Amino acid sequence: MTTLNHDDVRHIAKLARLNLNDEEVKKFSTELSNILQYVEKLQEVDTEGVEPIAQITGLTNAFREDEVEDSLIAPEDLLSCSPLPVVEHQIQTPSAHG
Amino acid sequence: MDSMLHTLSIAQAHEKLQKKEISCTELTKACIDRAESVDKKLNALVYRNFERALEEAKKIDAEGEFTHLLTGIPFVVKDNFCEKDIPSTGCSNVLRKKDYRPPFESTATARVKAVGAISLGKGNTDEFTMGASTETSCYGVTRNPWDPSRVAGGSSGGCAAAVGADECLFALGSDTGGSIRQPAGFCGCSGLRATYGRVSRYGVMSMASSLDTVGPICKSVEDIAIVLSTIAGKDPLDGTTGDVPVPDYTKALHGDVKGLKIGLPKEYFIDGMDEQVEKAVRDAATQFEKMGAVVTDISLPHTEYAVATYYVIVPSEVSSNMSRYDGIRYGHTTDAATDLIDYYHLARTEGFGDEVKRRIMIGTYALSAGYYDAYYRKAQKVRTLIRKDFDDAFQNVDVILTPTYPTPAFIVGALEGDPIAMYLQDIFLVSQGLSGMPGMTVPCGFTSQNTLPIGLHLTGPQWGEDTILNAAYAYEQAMDWKEQKPNL
Repeated sequence: MTTLNHDDVRHIAKLARLNLNDEEVKKFSTELSNILQYVEKLQEVDTEGVEPIAQITGLTNAFREDEVEDSLIAPEDLLSCSPLPVVEHQIQTPSAHG
Repeated sequence: MDSMLHTLSIAQAHEKLQKKEISCTELTKACIDRAESVDKKLNALVYRNFERALEEAKKIDAEGEFTHLLTGIPFVVKDNFCEKDIPSTGCSNVLRKKDYRPPFESTATARVKAVGAISLGKGNTDEFTMGASTETSCYGVTRNPWDPSRVAGGSSGGCAAAVGADECLFALGSDTGGSIRQPAGFCGCSGLRATYGRVSRYGVMSMASSLDTVGPICKSVEDIAIVLSTIAGKDPLDGTTGDVPVPDYTKALHGDVKGLKIGLPKEYFIDGMDEQVEKAVRDAATQFEKMGAVVTDISLPHTEYAVATYYVIVPSEVSSNMSRYDGIRYGHTTDAATDLIDYYHLARTEGFGDEVKRRIMIGTYALSAGYYDAYYRKAQKVRTLIRKDFDDAFQNVDVILTPTYPTPAFIVGALEGDPIAMYLQDIFLVSQGLSGMPGMTVPCGFTSQNTLPIGLHLTGPQWGEDTILNAAYAYEQAMDWKEQKPNL
């Protein structure tokens, strides 16, 4: 039986870039463990020699000609969606080094 | 002016528009008035675009050409679809707080607008479509037009309630594991999930990319065929769309089901299912027999693993898709961060609700080193077996008939705080998503005590929308369920 203890939940939350308070850690530890225990049901299924689904309607690759086309959206319009300052056509983020 | 114009189907309204019996402005105004009078009770619409809709209507009236069946027809679109310059938030605080206005338009909305359909606004949804009741929406729950103490369903609950309550003539929704079909069933509408790749998802916020589909919610089967014919087809902007010709689906509606082979899977008639739901579906099967169809019992042996498969694959893909909401290119921001990593944490923690966090964490765990084979890869193998169940069944039958949901619409809050109970209810809906098959719901009766709609579900083989549409049409024409309206 897979259970996720409080430290496991804190580790997963960190990987997913989420902050959890102690109460949330406790709550999610129970809920996530319950979900994982439910999906363990899949281990009963004999999948020996079964290929995993890659694409459900059987498509492989979708290619197009390598031609330069006008963008559907102006770069300025995309930049203007950012909630952060835009400096010289770049988004200014908080420092990566603190 | 006919004050009941909002109750018309697309086909009925088109005829009146073409004959100039009504104007597009009158039709649009009727829907707006209806929304103004009933939506306070329902909360179906999270953004109202009424002024722009009336301007469009005037333009169309001035041109006076109703060449396409959708010209001048008012619709609602689910809030996870991007409409250019119109708030599109996925009903998540991650996008709502900055009122995200996309600089582009989804292909599905672009296609219906290109022929003159009129957008009235955005329909409520569970946050980024994660839920089956719209209870996870940052705008609060949508209530059922048939009984406002109950949910409209989800995740496309706002769209289904808006169509069910006649606030619009049709709606565009999305369906990953039931999000069109369950709310349409709960609200007494018809709703179709198309074959995976039948309709472009460009400009629709992704939840689980290997399952997400786009489709219509309407007042009649004919209307579903009209909308599907307009939105379906290959799109260079969505590489998963299939290069399969799009028929005029309305031509498939001949109403003849003589000799049609219909399968009833024994795994879908289970203990604990609502008795009235079961009876309504079995009565529908008898009705099909009366019309000349051949009904047989079939088996889809891996059904009991569908929910577990779904709740590994979906959270895994969710964890990947939700990584784009980092507060950099769009969405919620904060000025409290000490550095970039802290910024990501704060923007996401403040923006996402609990169900989204739950799925992100399950997916992060399932995809992490050492667990991928046991979870995601295993689930994709079981998915192959679920798909094979359907392929085998379609060797012998043309259509699979099942209930849409084990119960009628439930009371608001009844399943809150118990994620697994909510997940398990998806049992009849997730297999079509996992196998890429098209499925649709049509009304097949009402519960006796509280008059709640019951949905009948038809599944066809991949690209077999024409077959299920015709079967649903034949049944709908023989019954008068769709004539009944909620008393709001």
